[in-house]
Amino acid sequence: MNRRQALATLAVVMVRPAFAAEGDLAGAIRTWTGGAATKEGRVKLDIAELVDNGNAVPITVTVDSPMTAANHVTAIALFNEKNPQRDIARFQLGPRAGKAQVSTRIRLATTQRLVAVAKMNDGSFWTHNVDVIVTLAACIED
Amino acid sequence: MARALITVPPNAKRGEVIEVRVLIQHPMETGYRPGSDGRILPRDLIRKFSCRYDDGKSNEIVFSAELYAAIAANPLISFHTVATGSGTLTFLWEGDNGFMQSEMAAIKVS
Repeated sequence: MNRRQALATLAVVMVRPAFAAEGDLAGAIRTWTGGAATKEGRVKLDIAELVDNGNAVPITVTVDSPMTAANHVTAIALFNEKNPQRDIARFQLGPRAGKAQVSTRIRLATTQRLVAVAKMNDGSFWTHNVDVIVTLAACIED
Repeated sequence: MARALITVPPNAKRGEVIEVRVLIQHPMETGYRPGSDGRILPRDLIRKFSCRYDDGKSNEIVFSAELYAAIAANPLISFHTVATGSGTLTFLWEGDNGFMQSEMAAIKVS
């Protein structure tokens, strides 16, 4: 092995654990839902499809729910595909929220898929996937 | 004390859904990023946020969140709650390195 190959191997060994150890997107969602089936719909993940700056990307999740004591959203979780860690945030809501809409600002390391999952009080899970293109990634500057 | 910006409508009608926006000054250091010396900067995140609404009759948490490294620096969270009565909203942020900050906002409901 020459010096160049040795360095390349070292780089692979050093980079991979941080980005691969946290598991895949589907696995992270399954862990949160406890293995329950998820259906597409009722959730709307609002984010710019083309992101100029991945350091602070506004994102809004809205769930179609009357938010009454009998029928409401209990939790919303946001996941990403290619950041170092799959979780973005988890929110706990209830009938006191009145409206199932939450906004925040997130970091995106690269072009990837985002998933919002909402848990209803009847135990059902609803999802929405969005693919975003990121031109300037987060986490590269000091 | 980190600076916090809280936006709660000062007046609301009973039963109205109000938007609450909270922003707190915090680096949200991910623990994945190298510093200027090439070494990974230690993780320093806000991990939890909660909002407690004391309307005179009940005093319960109406919204809470768990935050991870993918949340941008100076985390902003916007959520909604029903104006059930006049009282106070208490916001609590908790995080790494013993970070804890609490802020309050008053609301008048007619």
